[in-house]
Amino acid sequence: MVSRNTVAALGSAAVMLAAVAGCAPADETAPTATASASASGPACAPGGLDTLTPGKLTIGTDNPAYPPWFADNKPSNGKGFESAVAYNVAERLGYPAANVTWTQVPFNNAIAPGPKTYDFDINQFSITDERKQAVDFSSPYYLVRQTVITTKGSKVDGVTNIAGLKDAKLGAQVGTTSLQAINELIKPSAKAQVFNSNDDAKKALQNGTVDGLVVDLPTAFYMTGAELDNGVIVGQLPQVGVPEQFGLVLDKDSPLTECVSEAVDQLRQDGTLAVLEKTWLAGTNGAPELQ
Amino acid sequence: MLLSVDRVRKVFGPAVVLDDLSLAVDEHQVVALIGASGSGKSTLLRCVNLLERVDDGTITLDGEDITDPRVDPDVVRRRIGMVFQSYNLFPHMTVLGNITLAPTRVHKRAAAEAREKAMEWLTRVGLADKADSYPDRLSGGQQQRVAIVRALVNNPRLMLLDEVTSALDPELVGEVLTMIRDLKSEGMTMVLATHEMGFARQVADRVVFLDGGRVLEAGPPAQVLGDPVEPRTRQFLSRIIEAGRL
Amino acid sequence: MTALHTPSDVERGRIAYRRRRAVRSVLLAAASTAVLGTLLVVAVTGSPGWDRVRTSFFNAEIAKESFPAVLEGLWLNIRMLVVCAVLALALGLFIAVLRTLRGPVFFPVRAMATLYTYAFRGIPLIIVIYLFAFGIPGLRLQGTPGVLVLGGAALVVTYGAYLAEVFRAGIESVHPSQLAAARSLGLTYRQTMRHVVLPQAVRRVAPPLLNDTVALQKDVGLVSLAGPIDAVRAAQIATAENFNYTPYLVAAVLFVLLALPLIAVTDWVTLRAARRQNAGT
Repeated sequence: MVSRNTVAALGSAAVMLAAVAGCAPADETAPTATASASASGPACAPGGLDTLTPGKLTIGTDNPAYPPWFADNKPSNGKGFESAVAYNVAERLGYPAANVTWTQVPFNNAIAPGPKTYDFDINQFSITDERKQAVDFSSPYYLVRQTVITTKGSKVDGVTNIAGLKDAKLGAQVGTTSLQAINELIKPSAKAQVFNSNDDAKKALQNGTVDGLVVDLPTAFYMTGAELDNGVIVGQLPQVGVPEQFGLVLDKDSPLTECVSEAVDQLRQDGTLAVLEKTWLAGTNGAPELQ
Repeated sequence: MLLSVDRVRKVFGPAVVLDDLSLAVDEHQVVALIGASGSGKSTLLRCVNLLERVDDGTITLDGEDITDPRVDPDVVRRRIGMVFQSYNLFPHMTVLGNITLAPTRVHKRAAAEAREKAMEWLTRVGLADKADSYPDRLSGGQQQRVAIVRALVNNPRLMLLDEVTSALDPELVGEVLTMIRDLKSEGMTMVLATHEMGFARQVADRVVFLDGGRVLEAGPPAQVLGDPVEPRTRQFLSRIIEAGRL
Repeated sequence: MTALHTPSDVERGRIAYRRRRAVRSVLLAAASTAVLGTLLVVAVTGSPGWDRVRTSFFNAEIAKESFPAVLEGLWLNIRMLVVCAVLALALGLFIAVLRTLRGPVFFPVRAMATLYTYAFRGIPLIIVIYLFAFGIPGLRLQGTPGVLVLGGAALVVTYGAYLAEVFRAGIESVHPSQLAAARSLGLTYRQTMRHVVLPQAVRRVAPPLLNDTVALQKDVGLVSLAGPIDAVRAAQIATAENFNYTPYLVAAVLFVLLALPLIAVTDWVTLRAARRQNAGT
């Protein structure tokens, strides 16, 4: 004799099965016809892109937002290289500053599958082929050079070539191409030390628990100039293979990628990017090159 | 006189549990303490064993004032053996382990010697085959007998037994009482708190009736249990008789 | 031995009835599990984002690639776990014994021990690690140990506080009659603790102790914020290289495998302790 409870359980299971089968997929952003449109097609209507919030552009970056890419940890103030680039891109897309909102996107959320909380993310992301399989990148907006920095009088102060770094304990922020540079270019005998943020890495350098750090060139100048008491730049690491470049990150197969790339290309072609570099990344020349 | 309790007072908060109590026990004597619950029997035994500190009065063992604060209680307790109502065997040790713990750690005897002595005792009480068993494998009566051996093996001057049969099933009481009777015949000085009036009558040299923390009546068993003087004693005993325990 | 008892008809009927019911329950359980399982699989794989998630989390290629690095990181976790667990247990036991000392003369000791357990159960572990691994080297004292030792010390000091409370609970759960019996035999307080109380206390709290050790196994990886690379960090690095989460899954699987023996030991110890503990108190 089957009990009443059993019948009830089986019945609700059947109902659930039906619901799932008939459930319409939520949140389906079907790609529009822009997929095969030409470079400057009518799909990039100014201010009329298929953004998260119609009429508004949502830009993501991490917290803290470091100089010289941003200033005072407030991306919305337009100061700092990446903040300026972002607002310029937005303007080319037809979104004046008033229609731009910033949102905090930790690194992992930027690359996670699933709906994104931003239209594009700007946060010193280097373009690599492996990463392209998971996200869309815009055209590059900045050429990166990895740089070794240290404190005066440390083990690596005054080193002129890569061989001289082999015995050093070097550190970098997790998940960066800086870390890759240590492991692939320098290949030190001691394992690289990895930190959650450049702040932690900086503290370790000050404490002497690492001999030197690898960061991108502008950050190197900023850290040694403004943040570290006795910071010195040791030198830039050579560009090996494909030059490393920063790009804006968008959701995979995002309908905005074409238009955003186009905007970046325009900024480069008409010299805006060069001007922004000069404004915000001044003095980032003249670092010695390590062989 | 082996043990002398002189005008001892013990209070727990507002309750006066021992009130100006005096008691003398000669060597080789067996004294039975009887009385209602809360009359102070257990407390008295615990005071003698220095598990409780007296609030007034003195206790003298072999001429030494053991209630003197300068006396080391651990040293005193080596000369006294105590057995409890709930046996209190150490569950994480075998029977043999329980018995040899004090001889090896306290009296510093060699392990082999302690084991030998322990086996002797266990054989005498018929529990040699349980030597390597854990207490949870023994019946209540067996555990209590092991507890008694555990106390005896240290050659105490005095044994204190606190209602050692009260937690046992009736058919197991007998084996414990037999063992106590044997101890008496070997001349062990004992103070036992008990509800077993029949046993008290057989084994005790003196019966002491405690009431409200005082000794109300004391004397030979035949007198205190058979024909008590005090009305309160009569009242207590009549209830015991009704309960069929006399 | 007595002859085998043959059941009466009544009993046989009862046995048959119970067997039928048991079979029906098992079949029902199996069926409902199958239905639920199917529903879950359908719901997950039928969802619109499934392909993306599958490539992001279950990429076999990347799993193979990242496996050696994650495994190497796990080795750090294991080494730290063994050392920190032993030290934390020792510290916890010590503090617990201090807290249970009786007598007014020991008040300062008890107070300090209590303060320690309150403080380090309150402060988040991450903060303690930051303080130890970034703060102490900043003092530039002679002979400051490396960040791994400092991080390990932070773990020992924090977990020691939790374990101290577990041990203390165990010590206080030993019935006072056990102490009475031990003292009556002439054992000193120290001997009583060592031979009677602590063996029982430790057996009683073995399950929560082992549980905390399993938790420690995961927290040990936090030393990586000071620089060293543990399994999770290695997974994080691999993830950032490919923008793919599969390495995290690899790390998760390895952690579970690591925890299994510990969990098995916990269960065995619990059973054995429960068996012995209730002998004639």
